Amino acid sequence: MTTDRSIIVDSLGVGLATGAYGVSFGAISTASGLSVLQTCLISLLVFTGASQFAFVGIIASGGNPLTGALTAILLGSRNLFYGVSMAPKLDLDPAQRLATAHFVIDESTAMGVTRTSRRQARLGFYWTGISIFVLWNLSTAAGAWAGNAIGDPRTYGLDAAVGAAFLGLLWPRLSSVQGRLVALVGAAVALGLVPVTSAGLPIILGGGTAVLLGMLWRPGGRS
Amino acid sequence: MTALWGGIVVMTVGCFALKYAGLSVPERVLQHPLTVRAVELIPAGLLGALIAVQVFADGSSVQVDARLLALGVAAVLLALRVPFLPMVVAAAVVAALVRQL
Repeated sequence: MTTDRSIIVDSLGVGLATGAYGVSFGAISTASGLSVLQTCLISLLVFTGASQFAFVGIIASGGNPLTGALTAILLGSRNLFYGVSMAPKLDLDPAQRLATAHFVIDESTAMGVTRTSRRQARLGFYWTGISIFVLWNLSTAAGAWAGNAIGDPRTYGLDAAVGAAFLGLLWPRLSSVQGRLVALVGAAVALGLVPVTSAGLPIILGGGTAVLLGMLWRPGGRS
Repeated sequence: MTALWGGIVVMTVGCFALKYAGLSVPERVLQHPLTVRAVELIPAGLLGALIAVQVFADGSSVQVDARLLALGVAAVLLALRVPFLPMVVAAAVVAALVRQL
């Protein structure tokens, strides 16, 4: 039987492992030309990893910040569904919802939504979400400060670290054929557009095309 | 306010609104199969595009350099189930070393 204690221990484990990679966000963000203050505020206020990486990635490649924000918001759309699946387990009034919404992310949902009792769902969700939040922000600050101090980011391969970070975020979605195809189409279209559109647009247009094709494609030939 | 700050504000408001809406909207509102499917596919499509641009683009030209090797190393490490942070650091180190040569 799953005890409250084991849920808390597991949640803190996930919090530690996930929160620590805020270091790479902090370093990559300052290497992309954002200030330490901007970097820390993003982790504090946006707090959804893939979206944050996308935003600074687009800024780094010379894209418009609004294109970056739009990409970040699109990537954050999955949090909408996480919220829907957590809501019945959390059972919140409007004020509690406002205080809780910030902690709706991949990991807190994963650690909360699978629990059988409402009490354990809440334990998993909050311990995971809050421990990641605390550590993510501390490690972002550390990474931002270090990244800011070292000079040209290319010397340290920080530009290459962005691609690796995105691949790490994409990896779990490559387990299905459809995930692989959609990612590949997104990459191919984006790359084709790089020479002919302004920075940032290839990502939105490539991702958008891939999603549209993915929605038209019916696995197994169903119509 | 600079464009960068503007982007940060838009991203902050948008990302929080999605989280808050999820907790507030009744499940049936979002049950439309097309919505569910789109949200499932968006991360793969966008991350694929992000990786391609991040690894091959240099301004408005496409080129192959140390970043591709770093991505290959990242893929191998991910296949070996190396955790996120060491994987990212290793990729950066590989790119840095190749550039030293």
